[in-house]
Amino acid sequence: MKTGYQEKRTIITAIYHVFTFFFACVMIYPLVWMIMSSFKNTNEIFRTAANLFPEEFSFSNYQVGWQGFAGYGFGTFFKNSFFIAGISTIGAVISSAIIGYGFGRIEFKFKGFWFSCMLLAMMLPFQVIMIPQYIIFNKMGWVGSYLPLIVPQFFGQGFFIFLNIQFIKGIPYDLDEAARMDGCSIYSIFIRIILPLIKPSLVTSAIFSFMWRWDDFLSALIYLSDPLKYPVSYALKMFSDPTAGSDWGAMFAMATLSLIPIFLIFLTMQKYLVEGIASTGIKG
Amino acid sequence: MSKQTSVPRKKKSLGQIMNTPGVAGYVFILPFIIGFLAFLALPMILSFGFSFTRYNILESPVFIGLENYKTMFFDDSKFWKVFGVTMYYVLFSVPLRLIMALLVALLLVKSSKLSGFYRAVYYLPSIIGSSVAVAILWKRMFASDGVINALLQTIGIPCEIAWLGRADTAIWTLIILAVWQFGSSMLIFLSGLKQIPVSLYEAATVDGANGIQRFFKITLPMLTPTIFFNLINQLINGFMAFTQSYIITQGKPRDSTLFYTVYMYQNSFTYNKLGYGCAMAWFMVFIVGLLTFVLFKTQNKWVYYES
Repeated sequence: MKTGYQEKRTIITAIYHVFTFFFACVMIYPLVWMIMSSFKNTNEIFRTAANLFPEEFSFSNYQVGWQGFAGYGFGTFFKNSFFIAGISTIGAVISSAIIGYGFGRIEFKFKGFWFSCMLLAMMLPFQVIMIPQYIIFNKMGWVGSYLPLIVPQFFGQGFFIFLNIQFIKGIPYDLDEAARMDGCSIYSIFIRIILPLIKPSLVTSAIFSFMWRWDDFLSALIYLSDPLKYPVSYALKMFSDPTAGSDWGAMFAMATLSLIPIFLIFLTMQKYLVEGIASTGIKG
Repeated sequence: MSKQTSVPRKKKSLGQIMNTPGVAGYVFILPFIIGFLAFLALPMILSFGFSFTRYNILESPVFIGLENYKTMFFDDSKFWKVFGVTMYYVLFSVPLRLIMALLVALLLVKSSKLSGFYRAVYYLPSIIGSSVAVAILWKRMFASDGVINALLQTIGIPCEIAWLGRADTAIWTLIILAVWQFGSSMLIFLSGLKQIPVSLYEAATVDGANGIQRFFKITLPMLTPTIFFNLINQLINGFMAFTQSYIITQGKPRDSTLFYTVYMYQNSFTYNKLGYGCAMAWFMVFIVGLLTFVLFKTQNKWVYYES
């Protein structure tokens, strides 16, 4: 009787794993296919689309793709992306921590009003304000530079502020009290007590910020016109335009490269990503 | 005379003033206030004004009253077409994505040695799904000589459909891309599932409830707040979808995949009709606001909050 029950359980577990594993393979198949195709030569991609593995691994797509287009290489584009995403992330993390402390720990007049403004800013998508923002930045003479992409990041990002507030609320007030007894001001409490304790939410913010800025395509499309300034996302789009010739092999190679920073973050920081999403419901 | 006695008592040092919560609070949120006013409130107000003007970036705006809105609603047939396409996309991709997320979350809530691996694999697409790289990949996959047709042929279904070339299939390639990215919703559901008290299930089992009954009587009601939150978030995001339509299909064929945001972008930056673009942006704010409002109104009918 008991062995029969165990047998049944083993079978169910086996079915569960076969199914879950198979479906997982279906899910990542497109990605694996792209990575594998980046090692095929271009006519092989078409001829043997159903074969996952290339007949022989060739890195020529990477060599060709790295040259970029119209004399601008992908080395430049990667440097640009790292610059934009890096500076933006520093700005977003620092400003969101400061603002998060203000909302999460201090009582001041009209806090409720400003907090609802914060929620509004968090919910309102970029697409809604992109046109008027463009008009303003155009008036300021910022169009064509990185300023419209970077500067707004230095004034706090709703989701990260929210994340910090949640984290700060979980820190016992006794710590603040003790520090105040010892003569700490509101400012030094932030720097000495709170900041070290909210490291996890700072890391989470940094990860998401970097990934979002790395992927960001729309603001580059609107604001940048000089190929020397293109980030990878926008360069890929230009690279894939029919006028640049349709070298799919090279395109897949560069697309794969463009995902590597995201993959690395994903592999090393998965814990933070999962917790960040689970605790705030941030879209990943 | 009185100056000497009263001033020292009244006057706090700058340091002390700065250290009162009422002041320090504003010091800390000052970056937010500046950013909010400069990059959100001001643009929104300006764009409301511009939506009543004819404006290209080179000349100063000309007031034309409600002309833009009139054109939008009555004369621009493409506007409604685009609105319909976006609605269609949202109405299919959002529920499908949430259902998928929920089903896989139910699958993964059972912990096993491979849980971490499964979770990672299912989550990965949602992290990279909105990138240009994946958009390019998608374009290639669904080409008539792409991998989808090739795979269908290997399993014996001869298929040479140009998925991206037909109005009825092109939009579905975009919907599939959206559904593929169910990972982050799945994670939210997973954490929601783990918060449901085991005692509820135990009690139900004692009462003789089977798996399906337990799902509909316990799991689903307990998850409704999570579903609600997800739904609102995804609806807004769905409306904002841009990259997919802009890169994969470019709105083709015959505007059947032209998304609202892309058309708004074209009007503003390609046709240089910024006033019209502003009017479109405001209509989008209105629609998203309306949808959110309606959802909030219906929530006491179906969302279960533990008191």
